[in-house]
Amino acid sequence: MSDNTSVAFVRTETLPQLPPPASEAGVVKWMRENLFSSIPNSILTLVSLYVIYQLVTGAFPWMANGIWNTNSLAECREILDGATGACFSVITERWNQLLFGFSYPSEFYWRPGLAFLLLFVAAAPVMFFDLPRKLLLFTAIYPFLAYWLIWGGTIYTPLFALLGIIIGYLVYARFVKDSFAMGFFGGVIAAFIAWFIGGYIVGAIAPAEPFLEAVQSRDMGGFMLNMTLGVVCVSLSLPLGIVLALGRQSDMPIIKWICVIFIEFIRGVPLITLLFVANVVLAYFLPPGTTFDLILRVIIMITMFSAAYIAEVIRGGLAALPKGQYEAADSLGLDYAQAMRLIILPQALKISIPGIVNVAVGLFKDTTLVSVISMFDLVGMIRGPILSSTDWNGVYWELFMAASVLFFVVCYGISQYSQWLERRLATDHR
Amino acid sequence: MKKTAFYGALTVAGFAASMASAATLDDVKERGTLNCGVTTGLIGFASPDANGVWDGFDVGVCRAVAAAVLGDPNAVEFVPTTGKTRFTALASGEIDMLARNTTWTFSRDVDLKFEFVGINYYDGQGFIAPRDLGVSSAKELDGATVCIQTGTTTELNLADYFRANNISYEPVPIETNAEGQQQYLAGACDVYTTDASGLAATRAAFENPQDHIILPEIISKEPLGPLVRHGDNDWGDVVRWTLNALIAAEELGVTSANIEELAAAPTGNPEINRLLGTEGELGAMLGLEADWAKNAIAAGGNYGELFERNIGENTPIGLARGLNAQWTDGGLLYTPPFR
Repeated sequence: MSDNTSVAFVRTETLPQLPPPASEAGVVKWMRENLFSSIPNSILTLVSLYVIYQLVTGAFPWMANGIWNTNSLAECREILDGATGACFSVITERWNQLLFGFSYPSEFYWRPGLAFLLLFVAAAPVMFFDLPRKLLLFTAIYPFLAYWLIWGGTIYTPLFALLGIIIGYLVYARFVKDSFAMGFFGGVIAAFIAWFIGGYIVGAIAPAEPFLEAVQSRDMGGFMLNMTLGVVCVSLSLPLGIVLALGRQSDMPIIKWICVIFIEFIRGVPLITLLFVANVVLAYFLPPGTTFDLILRVIIMITMFSAAYIAEVIRGGLAALPKGQYEAADSLGLDYAQAMRLIILPQALKISIPGIVNVAVGLFKDTTLVSVISMFDLVGMIRGPILSSTDWNGVYWELFMAASVLFFVVCYGISQYSQWLERRLATDHR
Repeated sequence: MKKTAFYGALTVAGFAASMASAATLDDVKERGTLNCGVTTGLIGFASPDANGVWDGFDVGVCRAVAAAVLGDPNAVEFVPTTGKTRFTALASGEIDMLARNTTWTFSRDVDLKFEFVGINYYDGQGFIAPRDLGVSSAKELDGATVCIQTGTTTELNLADYFRANNISYEPVPIETNAEGQQQYLAGACDVYTTDASGLAATRAAFENPQDHIILPEIISKEPLGPLVRHGDNDWGDVVRWTLNALIAAEELGVTSANIEELAAAPTGNPEINRLLGTEGELGAMLGLEADWAKNAIAAGGNYGELFERNIGENTPIGLARGLNAQWTDGGLLYTPPFR
């Protein structure tokens, strides 16, 4: 044995780590794995790159070269002088018509604007449960406030409408202990009596010069009309849809069949047909001289339409619940209303969120259909007055791009909210 | 029992409807505004401007009627209608008259129970072609591809025309006028065909209008005019003679510039006097004031002035008078005498 034990044949310390080979690190690795992992993928990558390049080189000069401050298409083309470029000046010149329609008085634009801002305040406590519950009081007042802001006129109209609902609720609360039906119908009848009497009182005491000047329904237009129709119809059709879905599952044959026939009939008819009925056919049946507001007619039709769809979505949620949930509710001794409110609906609605949002987004976009019954919503404004003016005849891309941006912002917002809501409500074990 | 009540209500509503429509003139006077149906926007004919004020050739007729009946050309409630809602709006009484470049046809007049009171624009189907194509007449279009709106009378007219001239064509179906413009500009078709006034407006929107020519052939008759409901002849007379007054005013040389002077005192021309109410009782026969026609003409000028201001050769649309000239100038405008 030699004594040179100091020479170790096994390393005592680890080697310093080498950097990974160039093909397995950083951008190269990422590209290899994600873009060029196989021959078909490489081909797809190259084709996509080419398409993106074409799109960018095509659209970018057009966007960047855009003209923002002319008064007509002819002027715009004069400035461009043959170069590629967009005429965004149609948007800067007609933005008010795109947003509010062409006959809403411009000195009152702040009114729908304010109503729009307050919408967020009113919607917040409904959408985010962590906010103080007292804010719901404002939500309850908001519909009347928004109506007063947008339509103007005497404040007594929305006040008496609110009063009617309060009276109806009080009557309901008084009688509901004896029987639900008695409370419900008593409340409805009391509300109608209150509205009927209120109508006369408003007629008598309405000032000739109201604080907010009245604006006619036919003067509404632009994106404001889309928003109004969308918000009102979604918020009305959700409760109506729940009632229909529950009614369809009911054991009581008359209620069940009314709901089934309603849902199947409305779902079997295109929305545009219902809109034509609202606009055209109803005029034949109503006695001449009765003014039944066109927007109200359209709201009723769109609400009925989307309620039928939402009812089916919620029915899907109800059907997805195990039978044990119903039986558990029964075994706790809950009555029908309690079982639904405390056990069944919270679960069923949670399951139905994606479907409901789907209907809501679709409904919001469907509000552009009112342009075919000569209402000037955003698309109606573009296709009608703006494209038919001698100044702007021939501008298509810029206008429809502006419309899609507006719609995208709203629809994407709804979609993001629903995803947050699903995460917030996720109670299952994953 | 319930059924009877329902039918009863329907009948009452029906009676009420027919009664109300029997005296449109009184309704309009009582209401203080004229409900006039127009398009939702057609360049040159009816379109609201940046301030939301309606203007255009058809709008001019509405304003003239309002001025004749109510004395105020601004007492008009414009009710925009689409091609689909226009007839029901008129039939249901939502509007008092329709001035929405509507073609006078047999079935609309007879079957749909409307009354066309006259013609304010003689239109017809034409062709537009790029100058580079080198054609000067539609008869040279043998083998051409033609952009054509589907489901319209223009499609049938086109087939008839090419068959009658024994030449062939290749149709490129399109849905709307906007699509037609894009397809034509993109070169998807050699020529584009629609009503001549529409072609002029389309061409006006092009980047280089001088590179395109409208061929001289007009292959169909499209007489456009205002219409009212069947069965209310008094009201029909008011609208008819207001339109006639505009046409007669041009023929007689009465313009918005000289009308005050001519209406101040009887002139040497008895027909002008009768028209402007300084002689005779034509206004009273219609149930209107004596100065009804003066108001109507003062509202937007006579027919020629309306034409020149909205769709004439000095506007971007640049339509020539053509068939719409006075009969004395070789056109078709010929109003019955005011006597």
